[in-house]
Amino acid sequence: MTTTEPLKVIEADGAVNGHDSGLSAAELLHCYRTMLLVRAFDAICLKLQRAGRIGFSIPNEGVEATQVGAASALRKTDWIFPSYRDFGMALYHGVPAVEMMHNMFGNARDGAKGRQMPVHFSFERPIHFVSISSPIGTHVPQAVGAAYAARQRGEDTVVLTSFGEGGTSSLGFHSGLNFAGVWKAPVVFLCQNNGWAISCSAEEQTASESFAIKGEAYGVPNVVVDGNDLLAVRKVALEAVERARSGEGPTLIEAKTFRMGGHSTSDDPKKYVPAEQIELWRKRDPITRFEKFLTAAKLLAPGRAEALRREVEEDVTAAVREAEKVGPPGLETIFSDVYAELPVHVRKQGEQLFDLGRRRGDAHAGDGKFPL
Amino acid sequence: MPTLTLLQAINDGLRTAMREDPSVLVFGEDVGKKGGVFLATENLQKEFGAPRCFDTPLSEDGIVGTAIGMAMNGLKPVAEIQFQDFIFPAFDQIVSEAAKLRYRSGGQYTAPLVIRTPYGGGIRGGLYHSQSGEAYFCHTPGLKVVVPSTPHDAKGLLLASIADPDPVIFLEPKALYRSVKGDVPEGRYTVQLSTLREARPGKDVVVFCYGAMVPVAVKAAEMAAEGGIETRIVDLRTLLPLDEEAVLEHARSTGRVVVLHEAPRFCGFGAEISALIAEHALEYMEAPVVRVTGFDTPFPNTLEHHYLPDHRRVLDAIEHVARF
Repeated sequence: MTTTEPLKVIEADGAVNGHDSGLSAAELLHCYRTMLLVRAFDAICLKLQRAGRIGFSIPNEGVEATQVGAASALRKTDWIFPSYRDFGMALYHGVPAVEMMHNMFGNARDGAKGRQMPVHFSFERPIHFVSISSPIGTHVPQAVGAAYAARQRGEDTVVLTSFGEGGTSSLGFHSGLNFAGVWKAPVVFLCQNNGWAISCSAEEQTASESFAIKGEAYGVPNVVVDGNDLLAVRKVALEAVERARSGEGPTLIEAKTFRMGGHSTSDDPKKYVPAEQIELWRKRDPITRFEKFLTAAKLLAPGRAEALRREVEEDVTAAVREAEKVGPPGLETIFSDVYAELPVHVRKQGEQLFDLGRRRGDAHAGDGKFPL
Repeated sequence: MPTLTLLQAINDGLRTAMREDPSVLVFGEDVGKKGGVFLATENLQKEFGAPRCFDTPLSEDGIVGTAIGMAMNGLKPVAEIQFQDFIFPAFDQIVSEAAKLRYRSGGQYTAPLVIRTPYGGGIRGGLYHSQSGEAYFCHTPGLKVVVPSTPHDAKGLLLASIADPDPVIFLEPKALYRSVKGDVPEGRYTVQLSTLREARPGKDVVVFCYGAMVPVAVKAAEMAAEGGIETRIVDLRTLLPLDEEAVLEHARSTGRVVVLHEAPRFCGFGAEISALIAEHALEYMEAPVVRVTGFDTPFPNTLEHHYLPDHRRVLDAIEHVARF
C-alpha cells in the first residue's frame, strides 16, 4: 500500500545518516553542476524572453533535483520520454547547453529545425531524449511500447517517462500504466507533482490521496518521494530502474516538488498560487539542500560553489552568443521531413513558394507573441 | 455601442448567455480562476460562481464527454478546449458521440453543446499551437462548424451557437483575438448560423475565406484595386452546414473564384467549395478556381510567416484568376 509520506534522504542540515548514493565525488559534483546549469539556463532564457529575443520559455526553478536525480539512475543506452519541463535530464547526460539554445532561438542549427516552439527540444544522442510533444500524456504509452520493444529485441534497456501531476488526468497516463502493468514492461513512470497544472492545483486534478496510489489500480508498484531531495529521487529511481532491468516490471514514482515559476513565460502564477505556498517551497530549494549535503560531506571546497556558478553562467552566456549568430532555417525545412520521401504535391508547393518569393519578395515576420 | 476586441466580444457573449439562462455553464482547463489562458472567460467565475464556471482536470476527453452528458440532461454546456491542437483526445466523444447521438437515438437524445476553441497560426505557436483542424469536423455529419472573424459576429454567432439544438464546434481565430476591434451591441442579439457575410464588395473576383484569413484577403483586395481589379471578399462564417446557394450565387456573379484558408490544402475546406462550383456553376466560370492555403506539411515555428497565406499569395491568386 502506498504511503503518502515522501521518502527523503538529505536532512535539513545536510546529513544523510550513512546513506550511500553509489555516486563518486565527481559524479555528485556533476549532479550539482547540472542543477546549477538548469537554473542558469532558465534565468537567461527568462531574460531573453522578456527582452523579446526569444518567444517563449518554460521555467524549471524548483524541480531541478527531480530531473537530475532521476536522470542519474539511467545509463546512456536507456531512453527518456520527457515532458516539456525535463531538460535537466538531457543536460545531465551531456547534451551541450548550446544545442538547447539553438532550439530556444529556433535557428538553423536547432535539432527540431525551427519547427517547434522553444523548449520543445530534439537532440542527437548522447542519450535517447525523445523530441517533445505539446499535447499532454501522449508520450506515456509510447514509452511503454519502446520498453516492450527493448525486451522483445533482447536488450536490457530501461525507459523512463516523465509527466506532471496534471498529466495523470490524460488518457495516455491511464493507457500507459495499464499496458505496462499487464506486460510487466521495463518502464519507469515519473510523475513530477509540482503542485500546479497551469492554474489548477494538484487537489483539483484528483480526489486520490496521492498520485502514486493510482499505480495500485494497474498493479504497478509505486512510491512517493521528496522531489527536492536529489539523493532520495535517485534512490527510488535506481530501485525502479533495477526492477525494470531485471524483468520485474514497471514502477510509478511520484516526486513531490514545486514549480517556483509560472507554467511558462506567458503565465503569471501570482494570480493563482498563494504567496505563502511559494515562500514555504522557497525554503525547500533543492539546490540549497544538495549544497548542504555536499558541504556536510566535505565535497564542496570553499569557493567551489561560486566557481561552478560562474562557470555555468559563462556556459549559457556563450551558448546565447553562439546561437544568436545563427540565422533562421532555410525555407526548404518547411517541406522536408514530412515523409521519408518528398511527395510530388508537397514539392510543388515548395516550388510555388520559392517562385512567389522571386516575383513578389519574401514574406515578413509578424510580431506574433505566444500568449500562454 | 461599445467597441470591443474579438476576445472581449466572446467574453461578452458568454456573460450575456449566462445572465439570461442559468442552465448555461462554462468550463475547461484554466477557465475559472485564471479566466482562460487567453482570458476569454475572465471574471465569469467571479460573477456566476464556481458551479457555473469552473476548471476541470486536464482531460479534453473528460471535458467533452461530461459536456455531452450535461447537454443530454438539460444543461447548456459551453466547453473550452485550450487550443484546438489539443482537442484530439476528445475526438472520439465529438465524432462518435456528440455528432451521432440524435441519429442513433432516433431523436430521443441530443447534445446541444458548444465547444469553443482557439485555432490557427500567427502567434509563433509552432506545430502544436497553430493548427486549423476545421476539415476534420466538417467531415462529420451531425456537427455544426462556426468561425467568426469580427467582434460583432463573434458574439452574435456564439449566442446563436449556444441557442442551437445541435453540437457546435466554435473555432476562434486566435490571431485576431486582440488585433481586431469593432462595434458590438450590448445584450442579446444573434447572427444566424449558415449565413455568409460580404466583407468587401467587388464585381471582378470573389475570395471565399473565414477566420483570420478575412483581413488578409481584404488587404490583398485593396492592393488588387490599385491595379484595377475589384475583388469581393466573402466571409463564410459557418462552414457546416454551408449556405451552398449563396456560395454559388457569388461564384456565378463573378465567374472568378479564389478560396483561402490557412489549413493544409489536401482535402481542406477549399476543396469542398471548389467541387461545389465545379458541379453547379462550371458554365459561369471564366477561370479555374484557385486555392490559397497552408502547405501540406505540419505547421512550422520560426518560418510560420512563410507558411501562413499572406496578402502576397492572395494577391497573386486574385491577379491570376482576373487575367486568366
